[in-house]
Amino acid sequence: MLDLIIIGAGPAGITASVYAARKKMDFLVISKDIGGQTAWSGDIENYTGYQFVTGPELVAKFEEHMRTYKVPMKEGEEALELSKAGDTFIVKTDKASYEAKAVIIASGKRSRELGVPGEAAFKNKGLTYCATCDGPLFAGKDVAIIGGGNSALDAALQMAKIARKTYVINIMEHFTGDAVMAEKIMADKNVEVMHNARVAAVHGDGFVDAISVARQSKTEKLFVKGIFVEIGLIPNSSFLKGVDKNEAGEVKIDSHNRTNITGLFAAGDVTDVPEKQIIIAAGEGSKALLEAFRYLSRKR
Amino acid sequence: MAKSVKVYSTPTCPFCIRTKQFLKESNIAFEDIDVSVDHDKAQEMIARSGQMGVPVIDIDGQVIVGFDKEQIKEKLGL
Repeated sequence: MLDLIIIGAGPAGITASVYAARKKMDFLVISKDIGGQTAWSGDIENYTGYQFVTGPELVAKFEEHMRTYKVPMKEGEEALELSKAGDTFIVKTDKASYEAKAVIIASGKRSRELGVPGEAAFKNKGLTYCATCDGPLFAGKDVAIIGGGNSALDAALQMAKIARKTYVINIMEHFTGDAVMAEKIMADKNVEVMHNARVAAVHGDGFVDAISVARQSKTEKLFVKGIFVEIGLIPNSSFLKGVDKNEAGEVKIDSHNRTNITGLFAAGDVTDVPEKQIIIAAGEGSKALLEAFRYLSRKR
Repeated sequence: MAKSVKVYSTPTCPFCIRTKQFLKESNIAFEDIDVSVDHDKAQEMIARSGQMGVPVIDIDGQVIVGFDKEQIKEKLGL
């Protein structure tokens, strides 16, 4: 049996793993990917020591750091279930099952989905969660941005420059993103803003060709080739049963990264820690590991 | 014999950058196709991969969608 399993390899999980390796613990990192949301980040200008670094560059540095310490890692594996039998934790993934005396959850957050018919079928076939990545493929076409926060406004401004027409479909009465961006969008002739509007369905034939939008009691169909979903993030915590979470689904932790279950710790964006930042996640990862180490030392 | 490797990408997509970083670190030569400016190649990518997400990696005619490190390694024999 392992001493420790770390679930997730974003800034929190990676930092925890470097500390664990330096303490020569018997441990394993299990993660779908390396870098988590940091890999999706554009320009980072607030990570101490780097005046400017891009998300992928910082992830490459994280990876290099892990490699130096020969961190044992199962990449491309997703934790599906976590249970505890006596003092032993059992982590079931899509490929195998692992046992450990302690676990750190650092599974982060992912893009929130619309949850409407057609969404799954047209994912990457016109519907995307990364305007920064896939936006240029929709140059000259009609597109719809879903959301009203900063990432939605950012995507709208980006697409307004290259798309033929850009619809912004916002479920709220007003934009919640920065006023400077909202004003620019409202003033753009190629942009049509729809407030109090809810996406009802995504349509297409192989690829997206329309979206149904419900406003008041009316539903209308907009003919668009691209749909950019920018409606925030949700924690990757649904595989955790019996773990205390807040209303947003974030794992509740105390100031020592302990959850309500003895031997189970959590760190980074998946937790209810105030402020979600790369540097905070990294710091939390180190805190969680030190606490887990202390816990395991006491058990011996 | 060296395999023919193409990466269909956009300059702003983080996983395109990660893919290219990985290939460079593995000393694999590849053709970088920027589909944000080359619309014919963008259409070619969509037709060949059946989807619109980047990156798309072509290794000797076999298409991989996304930065799937394991698959890329397997196809390259790394």
